[in-house]
Formats: sequence, structure tokens, C-alpha cells
Amino acid sequence: MRFEHIQSAHCENGVTTALLRHRGIGFITEPLAFGMGSGLFYIQIPFLTVNNGPAISFRTMPGAIFSRTCKALGIDVVRKKFSSEEKAEAYVEKLVGEGVPVGCQVGVFHLPYFPAEYRFHFNAHNLIVFGKDSGQYQVSDPVMEVTTSLSPAELTKVRFAKGPLSPKGQAYYPIVREGIDDNVIRKAIIKGIKRNIRDMLQIPGGFAGVKGIKYTANRVRTWRDKLGVRKGGLFLGQIVRMQEEIGTGGGGFRFLYAAFLEEAHGFLPDDELLSLSEEFTRAGDLWRNNAVKMAGIYKGRSTGQSDFDEVADRMEEIMEVEKKAFQRLSLLKGLK
Amino acid sequence: MKKEEVPQDKSALSNFTREVCYVRNADGKYETALSTGWEVKAVALDNAWDEVKERVAEAREAVARGEKSPVYYFMALNLMDMPVISDYTGFWPFFIKRHLRPSVFRGLGNRKLEKYAKAFGITVEELKNFKG
Repeated sequence: MRFEHIQSAHCENGVTTALLRHRGIGFITEPLAFGMGSGLFYIQIPFLTVNNGPAISFRTMPGAIFSRTCKALGIDVVRKKFSSEEKAEAYVEKLVGEGVPVGCQVGVFHLPYFPAEYRFHFNAHNLIVFGKDSGQYQVSDPVMEVTTSLSPAELTKVRFAKGPLSPKGQAYYPIVREGIDDNVIRKAIIKGIKRNIRDMLQIPGGFAGVKGIKYTANRVRTWRDKLGVRKGGLFLGQIVRMQEEIGTGGGGFRFLYAAFLEEAHGFLPDDELLSLSEEFTRAGDLWRNNAVKMAGIYKGRSTGQSDFDEVADRMEEIMEVEKKAFQRLSLLKGLK
Repeated sequence: MKKEEVPQDKSALSNFTREVCYVRNADGKYETALSTGWEVKAVALDNAWDEVKERVAEAREAVARGEKSPVYYFMALNLMDMPVISDYTGFWPFFIKRHLRPSVFRGLGNRKLEKYAKAFGITVEELKNFKG
């Protein structure tokens, strides 16, 4: 069967969607995969810096969306890590030779087709290897409009990138054993929503879930005094990049969740889902507006303490919107 | 975000790809649209690179002044912080910190130098002979 490339807003959603579609799961879309995998999240890890900026993530753990979505649909997942580079390549080569497209976790620092500007030491990128042609691996990278290719050496290098979240050659693919009916889909949607409510509202500690947004807001208020305008601006720039950049899309993730709730309505006809979809759209718009405000600071246009405070105030407003939305979601009758 | 609000600004994505955005169409339903980039984040990315370039220039001068070893410069050039270089070379941060001192670096054996050279994608000669 010919592999069909799918471009998506986020790499892991895209890999999940394309691999499942290839296995005949025709109903799956990026928003459904994201929602069933409880992809929406927020965390700022205290005291840690990444690329000399705050360590913030708008998404759940790498690998979780694929595993959870498959599990919720009763689909088996084969996932392997390797210590040997040779064995890691042989494994993928054998599978694609048998016509099985394989998801691979990779680092982007050495990914040759990425523009130099995007090559940081980020190790949780995902792509699909779906064939081998004249010694080159055929690659479907979900952030790209078209497919591309990598030499065996290039593929090995990115699969064995080092540093935080290093992929260790990780490769994975789904095995679909039986057909999936609407009842299973409905249950998977409910499971995904419930877990996301738990992650955003009930997670302990003050720096993850909706509370994490307030944690960052409190930090932002101190940055001008502690770090100065320039470095404080760079920190805000890092938030914007984590929030909006290709493959991380935090603001974009709120729109994705809104799209998920809209699609979920097709399986769970409760109009509250549509109303909540609008709330998440609002949250996404607020994140984007705040990015514009933060840009005003790192462009050097408005750099007073009142500007840092305004960014923090807006974050707290976003926290309230998301908190209320998840609280309303938890009252949904269909979830019982 | 509404479909007509999707930014189409110039960015580092040009000649690479456009990115998928989830947007609401005229009927208020979600669909996807492609964006060439957004100026707000393009500036954030530019600033991050300016900062990197500045650190690399400072590292070069520190090596030229004899305060730091070449490892310090190539770490900056390759955007490697302690956890990253430590994982690529297999050396503990305690030892890497020592290798940043020119006097300790000069005494390093070839096996260790090779590990650094491999991590930086250069030859041992290029590493040893870098003078800033």
C-alpha cells in the first residue's frame, strides 16, 4: 500500500495520524489524535534553563500522544530503543522493506533539510521513514509540505542525537488487529478529555497545569529587575518561540484543542462541547495577543516594568479562561 | 484565529515549508490554513541567534586571550551547554569544566581529543590548533 504523506501542525500528531491512516483507521485526524492523546499541557520547570531561556512546554511528554491515542483505540504499539546504531538501522531497514512505515524520534540539530535557523538541540522531533530508494531513506516529516529523504548515515545521526530527551534510536509503529466502531472512538475521546482535565487541573505542584501559567506570570514580573531589559526580553522571546514556533505551537495547541472539541461533538452530541470549543479558541487568541505584547518588549518598543506586568496580567487572565473551560468540561454529562 | 488573520510574513521558513495552522472559517468551523511565518516569532528567533553569535564572539576572544581552551569556543559555536556536550562525549561535567582550562586542555591525550572533535564535527588538528 502506498504511503500517504500528511502535513500537520505538530510532529507527533502528524506521525500518529499518518501511521494510523496507513493502517486503515480512516476517521483519525490531527485534532482527534491530539485530544485522545491528551496533548494539551503547560509546564515551566523551575530553576532549569534550556538554550539559555526558561524551560517551558505547552504540550505533554514526547511519545505520549502516540501511545495514548493507540491504547485508547485498542491498537497495539511496538516501540523499540537501541544502544547499537547498526541494529537501529537494520531494524528500520527491515520494516520499510516489508512495507511497514516506521515512526522515529530524532534530534533536529543535525537534520540536514531543516533551515540552519531552526537547528537547536531539540530531541523530541518525530518523522516517518516509509521506504528506501537508491540507498536513500524516504522520509515523511509532518512539518513539511512534501516528503524528503535522508542518507543512512544522516538518519542514524539524528536518531542518535544526544542531550536532554535523547531519542536513543527510538522507533515505533502501530499494529491494528480489529475494526474500530463509533463506540470505541467515543470512549477514546472521553478518556482523552478526562486525562487532560486531570493534567491541567489536578496535577500536584505549583508549576504545571493551569497553575503553571500563573507560576510563569510570577516569574515574568521579576525578570526586568533580576535579568535586565535585554535578557528579560530574550526570556520572553523564548516563551513566544515555545508558544508559536513550528512543532511546539502552544497558542496553536489551544486552537487544535478547540478543533478537537468540535470534532468530538460529531461523536458526543452535547452542544456544551461547541461552546467550550469557543472558549479554547479564545484562549488561543489571548496567547497570540500576548505574544504581540511580548514582542513589543523584545523589540525594545515598550520595556517598562508596567509592560512586564501587563504580560503577566494577561497570562493570569489566560489561566482563568483555561481553568474555567476545563472545569466546565469536567461537568459534561457524557463523561460520567 | 480566523482564516483571514493567518499571518503571511517573511521568515526563516521561506524556501523550506509553510506551516499548518488551525483556523476558523466564515462558518465558524475549524479548518487548516498554511502560513509563511509570523513577524512576531521571526524577531524572537533572530534575537536568539544574535545572542548566540555574541556568545560565540566572546568565546573566540577568551580563547585568543588564553583564558579558555578551544573546547569552550566550539561548545558555543555548536550551541552546546554542559548536559549536551557531556552526553555527546561521555565525559562528566566536572572533567569538561577542567578541559576548558588551556593548561589542562594542552595535556589531553588523543583519545579524549577525538571525542571532542567528533562531537563538534571537526578534526583533532582543527580542535588543537584553534587559536581564537
